[in-house]
Formats: sequence, structure tokens, C-alpha cells
Amino acid sequence: MSLAWPALLAVLLFSVGIYGVLARRNAVLVLMSVELMLNAVNLNLVTFDVWLRDTLHTGQVLTLFVITIAAAEVGLGLAIVLLVYRNRSNIDVDRLRDLGEETGAEASQWRP
Amino acid sequence: MEAVTWFVVAAPFVASAVGLLAGHRWRAAAAPIAVSGTALATVFAIVVVAGAPWRPGEAVTTSLGAIPTGLVDISVALRADGLAAVVALMVGVVALVVQVYSTAYMADDSRYPSYAALVSLFTAAMLLVVLADDLFVLLVGWEVMGVCSYFLIGHHWERADARPAAVKAFLVTRIGDVGFLFGIFVLGLALGSFRVADVEQRAADLTPTQLTIATLLLLCGVVGKSAQFPLHVWLPDAMAGPTPISALIHAATMVAAGVFVVARLFPAFAAAPDTLAVLAVIAAITMLGGALAALAQDDIKRVLAWSTVSQLAYMFGALAVVAPAAAMFHLLTHAAFKALLFLAAGAVIHVVGSNLMSEMGGLRRQTSTAFWTMTIGLAALAGVPPLAGFFSKESVLTAAEHAALGEERVPAWTGWLVLIAALATVAVTAAYAARLWLRTFLGPPRADAEPHATPAAMRWSLVVLAVPTVGLGLIGLSGSWLPAWVGLPESGALAPSAVTVGLSLLLVAGGALTMYAVWRQAPAADPARALGPLRRVFEQGFHVDAAYDALVVRPVVAMARSVVRIDDGVVDAAVEGTGGGARRLGGVLRLTQNGNLQGYLTGLLVGVVAVVVSVAVVLT
Amino acid sequence: MTIVELLFLLLGAVVLGSALLVVTTRHLIHAALWLVVSLGALAGCYLLLSAELVAWVQVLIYVGAVVVLLLFGLMLTRAPIGPSDDLDSGNRLLAAGVAVATAGVLGVLVVRAVKDASIDLEASGARAGTAAEIGAALFRSWVLPFEVLSVLLLAALVGAIVLSRREDEALQPDQVGP
Repeated sequence: MSLAWPALLAVLLFSVGIYGVLARRNAVLVLMSVELMLNAVNLNLVTFDVWLRDTLHTGQVLTLFVITIAAAEVGLGLAIVLLVYRNRSNIDVDRLRDLGEETGAEASQWRP
Repeated sequence: MEAVTWFVVAAPFVASAVGLLAGHRWRAAAAPIAVSGTALATVFAIVVVAGAPWRPGEAVTTSLGAIPTGLVDISVALRADGLAAVVALMVGVVALVVQVYSTAYMADDSRYPSYAALVSLFTAAMLLVVLADDLFVLLVGWEVMGVCSYFLIGHHWERADARPAAVKAFLVTRIGDVGFLFGIFVLGLALGSFRVADVEQRAADLTPTQLTIATLLLLCGVVGKSAQFPLHVWLPDAMAGPTPISALIHAATMVAAGVFVVARLFPAFAAAPDTLAVLAVIAAITMLGGALAALAQDDIKRVLAWSTVSQLAYMFGALAVVAPAAAMFHLLTHAAFKALLFLAAGAVIHVVGSNLMSEMGGLRRQTSTAFWTMTIGLAALAGVPPLAGFFSKESVLTAAEHAALGEERVPAWTGWLVLIAALATVAVTAAYAARLWLRTFLGPPRADAEPHATPAAMRWSLVVLAVPTVGLGLIGLSGSWLPAWVGLPESGALAPSAVTVGLSLLLVAGGALTMYAVWRQAPAADPARALGPLRRVFEQGFHVDAAYDALVVRPVVAMARSVVRIDDGVVDAAVEGTGGGARRLGGVLRLTQNGNLQGYLTGLLVGVVAVVVSVAVVLT
Repeated sequence: MTIVELLFLLLGAVVLGSALLVVTTRHLIHAALWLVVSLGALAGCYLLLSAELVAWVQVLIYVGAVVVLLLFGLMLTRAPIGPSDDLDSGNRLLAAGVAVATAGVLGVLVVRAVKDASIDLEASGARAGTAAEIGAALFRSWVLPFEVLSVLLLAALVGAIVLSRREDEALQPDQVGP
């Protein structure tokens, strides 16, 4: 099988994941999109491991690791999402603006 | 002998230094220090007079050395010849009288110690001008006099008219001093030396252009210091200072320094006929204008101030017709009688408590010493024989007549100009002198002045000054005695000529009697009301002050205001605007920092993609 | 085109299609379910590539555990059942552009790099991806990262519990319950 097919699939899956991360408003949906991106990476790892016929099976082992870590990440991520939900009763990512600076007339006053 | 010349200048200088440093702490010693310093100066001046050479062109010079300047050296040297010695003596005597008078007049003034010290400093500066051998040394004394004048006019700085008057005097004389400085430069560089002796001997060697430029520039300073048109505006306002100061500085000495400088450097002036012509015009305008202005003043000191302006113009008129001896003669007599007039006016003001003649009248009984000394002074001013003023005025008129008849080196028209202006001024002088006498001492009393005795110091000062007022004129009868003394032999005899004597006596009588007649009609009113609408014009000094205000002061102030506006609105706005602009720019950038995580990520990824694409494009 | 390639293409289409549905659907719960489909089809792709252990681990953990966790998350945050209109933020056009650009750049890059290579699935044999092989590699060569990974999991577990604890639920020693 040509190597291009799995690689291309991984690229497309990754792009779909990017779109989801950037465009979805619900935090859980963002986490889902991150899972898609991670899966694309996993596919790449497996593909190249099989193509290289690695004796250490580096790619597949790393894929297992990625899966594990992704699971841990989703667990923690959801804990955070729950905390956010408790504080604000919504988990819209574009309403989490505390990192931002205020704009407008008041913002242009100099304050130490 | 030579060292005595230095002591003449050093004595009042030391007295002023001690007085300024210790006067306020040791108040009782302030008066003795000042008086003794000036007395010592007078004594030394007498010694110098005794030892000065009486042949023209000879002088005793003492020098402390030369200061190298890279171009023309400045020598720190003093020169005592007849002219300098006589004027130094005059300065010493008048200063001494004024100091003694001040001990009584300013007795209850809290700032008397600094006043006395500044008068001593002024005396030292004037003596330095008189005795200087180097033009820069003269300039030092000249400028110190200006500074002292500022301080002394502003002595009563609580008064709202004293502060601007001091600044005005300083500024107007400084304007002239700029020209004076450049005149010294031109003269010194052209001659290769700043020494007066060199000016005397080699002035005729310079080209006419150099001479004219140098003398015209020097004339600027002289016109400023001696209050001639157009820089005369400071002198009437300077009457806001204490009366003894008016007597010393603004009658006898500082304003006479200008005349002295022209006489001192007369060989240069005599070789520049254009300058002399300018001087004649200035003198003619000033003498008549000053006299007319004096006719309409209400303040007794302002009458005397305008009178000083007018009398100084007499001296300049004499100089303009190449008669420096006549000018110096009039300078000496004027010093005597004008100082006397001012001090007597001070006594009158002391009694009445006001400067204005409309608040005086009938003071003959209350101020007997002041009355008869002032009478003598006014008679000398008007030119009544046999007082000193008559003889010196006659010498000026005679010199003008000689020039008009073509017997001198100047064009005849300058002689006629000076002569006619001087004769007209004689009449007006008599008129305003009579007006002052009548309004102050005769007629119904308009003030309720309780008669109180004038202090002894003041009375005796007046008497001392009355002596030269009466007697100094007799020098003129002796022909060429004074000219030889002052080393200016090229001017002719000082003896008056019959035509001018007769004419001027007629004019004196006419002026005085006219004034008396007008006064008789209404003894309580001001005779100047007969001038009608001209009265206001004369009183305002022909509105020269208003002209300066409109032509110079207002544009300069407007320019200053616009500069301030530019500084605030353009320069400061640019500086502050950069801050505001930076903040606005930051505000624009801040719009991207809105906290939206997905926005940040999008930006990041767009950047990465762009970089990758551009790298790929560049590499292929 | 061998049968393996054909199957791979079909499964790949399923993966992509359901992934697209995950990111575009208006039903919140359906997104999670489409994720199941996508991840399951991906497990099929792994099987085709002869990576058996990875495929079953994918099914077990991703489909089994992660998606369930996500569903729990949706439930606990009161996800609306049925279509909701505001699932996409205002960024979506820009995001679409970025995604397309990324796909384009990466795709062109990858295809030009590897289009001549091919995977030889018979050479290493079917044994290459079996549990025995991967397990041997894992517990021989990769045992240290494996142990560290277990510590990581423990840390994540503790962290999740700490984060999601309610303050007023802290029990005092002699208390029984709130």
C-alpha cells in the first residue's frame, strides 16, 4: 500500500481537528477536537512504524503512550471544565476572557 | 602722587563694601562709614586737583598692568589730568553733600545702611569713569553706575511706581549701552589701543568712516545715560527714587557722565562732523522738548527731572558746536544748582509730605532755608546774573553764535539750530522756574503743613551747595582759565558776547514776567492751564512713552506670548502627544488581547502556516 | 489497488466523515457519538495496518473510556438534548480558512515527500503488531517510560479528584455526611 494514503488521512484528520478546536464554542467539544488531532498523530506514528519495520516498535509503543496520556488529559480537562461550569454556569470557551485586557476609554488611562 | 588717584576710587569702594557687608548688623556705623568714605574721596580728589598738570595734553597716569585679550590689550589704568581732576572734585563734593543730607532725610528708613553703601559704590563707579584711562575701565564704572542707579531708584520697592521705574531706567540705559560697547570695540580695534591717551593723540589718524561709526555708536550710550531724545523716557519716572538720589545720580553725576565721555574723547568726536550734526539735532529737540514738558508737570521732582533733560541738552549743544569747555562749564554749574534744587525740593517734600505742587503753596514761612536756597537755585537755572547759571548758559550761547557765524569747524546750520533752540529754551526755562517758585512758595497755602524745623544736616547741605551756585560763574569771567584747566584749549574764551547776553536777558525777563502775569490772575490755580490743550501733551512728554509702548513693548510682549503658546501648544503638545499616541497605538493592539483563546490559537496557526508557505516558496 | 488499500480508503472515508460531523453537528450528544464512530473506524485502520494491540487498545480506552468520560462531562454540564444554535463561535470562518490552509500545506508537503514509498505488509508478517511482540518491546526496551507513565496517570487521577472536590463536602472526622 502506498504510504501516501495513511499520511494523507492523518493530515486531513488533523486539519478537521484544528477546525474543531478553533471553531467550537463548548469546551467539551474542543476537547473532542483535540482527541481527533491526537488520533491523527497516532495514525502517523503507527504508519511509519509499520513502514520502517522497526524492531523496537517505537511508533506503536509511542502510540500506546499517547493514548494513555490522552486519557489522563481528558480526565483532568473535564475536571477543569466542571469547575468552570460551577463558577459560571456555562462552558463557552469564548466567554472565558479573563486573560484579556479591557479596551475602550478607560483602558487607555495609565495606571501603575 | 600716582597712588592717590587710586585712593580716590578706592575710598568710597571700601566704604561701600564694608557698608554692604556689615551695615545692617552695625547700624549705628553705617552713616559714619559712608560719609567718611566719601569725605576721604573728596580729600584725595583735592590732592589730585592740586597735583594735576594744567597744560593740555598732559596727564598723570598710573597703571596696574595690562590684561591680554588676544586682540587689543586692556590696561587697568587711571588718568588724572585737569578735566578729570575737576570733575572728580565736583563728584566728590556733591556726593559728600548728598551723603550728609541723607543722614537726616533717610534717618527713619530701615534700609538706610544698604542705601548709604550703594551710594558709596555709585560714587566709586562715577569716579572710576571720570579717572579712567582705558575705555574698558570706563565701561566697568559706567555699568556699575547703571546697576547702582537701578538699586537706588528701586530703594522704596514697596511703592508700585518705584519698581517699574527702576527696571525702565536700567533697560533704557542698557539699550544705549549696547551701542556704547560696540563703539568702544570699533574705536579700540581701529586704534589698536583702548587707552584714552591714544584716542586723544591718534584719533585724527582714523578714516572718517571709522570715526563716524565709532562715535555714533558711542553716542548711543551717551544718549541713553544722559537722558536725551529718544532715550530720555527713564529720567522722569526715576523720580520715584529717594530725593537725594535724584540729586546725586540724576542731576549731577550719572547723567553728566555722558557729557563727560564726549568731552573726554572729544578729539575723536571733533574729527567726525556727521556725529556732531546728529548731536546738534538731538540736543535741539531735547532742550526745547524737555523745557516744554517741565512747564506742565504737577510733581515738583518731575519738573526738575525734565529740567535736567533740557539742561543736559545745553551741554550737548555746546559739544555739537565744538565748545567742550563751555559744555564742561555748564556741567559744573548745573551740578551745583541742580543738586541744590533737588535737595531743597526734598526739604519741601519733607515738610509737606507730598510731591505735588497742587498740594503746596505759601510755604515761604515754613521752610525758610529751603525757600531762599531754592530761590537762588531757580535763579541760577533760569540764568539770572550774576549767578553761575547765567555765565555757563551764556558761554553755551556764545559758542553757538560763533558756530552760526561760521567761525567754527562745524556747518553753520548746526550753530543756528542750537542757538535758536537754546534761546527759545531760555524763555521757557525762566517760565517753568518761575512757575515752580510761585506755586510752591507763594500764594494761598493748599496744604496744611505744620511748620517744623528742617534738620540741621539738610539745612547745611543746602547752604554748602548754594555757595558754588553763586560763585562758580566768576570763573567764566577770567577768560581762558577754565579751558586751560580742563585741557581743552581749542574752545575759545568762555566770556559771553554782548548780543547773546542782551537777547537772553530779555527772554528770561519775558518768560518770567509772562508766567507771573498768568499766575496773578488766579494765584491758587495752576498757571499752566493757559496752555490749553497743549498742557496734556506737554505733561505726557509728547506721548513718547505711549509711542514706545505701542511700537516696541506691545509687539515684544505679543511675541513672547506667542512663543509661550508655541511652546505649550506645539513643543509640549508634541512631547505629550507622543505619549498619547503610543497609548492609542497600544489601545489598537490591545484589541487583539481580548481573552478569546480560540482567537489566539487562530492567530498562531495562521502565522505558522504563513511562515511555512513563505519558506517553501523561498526555497523552491 | 489491493483489497487492503480499498478497505483502507473506505475506512478512511468513514473516519473523515464522522470527524467532520463531530466538528459541525448541531447536536451536542451526537458529536460525542460521531466521535465514537470516528475512533472506531480508526481502530479498523490500525487493524488493516497490522497493528493489532494498538487497535484494541484504541477501542478499549478511547472508545470505551474517553468518550464515556466526555459524555459524562456533557451530562454534568447540562448539555442540551436536541439541536442548539450556538455551538460554533464567531471564529468559524477564520478557523475554516486556517484548517484548509493547514490541510493544503501539510498535504502537499506530505504527499510530495512520501508518494514513492510504500508499506510492505507481508514482509514483516502478521506477527509485527501482535500483543506478544508489542508487549515484549514494551516491557523490555520501553519499561522505564512505561513506569513513568503510570506515575503520570496517578498524578492525573489525584489532580482530577482534587480539582473537582466541592469545598463544603469536606467531611469532619466525626461527621457522617452533609
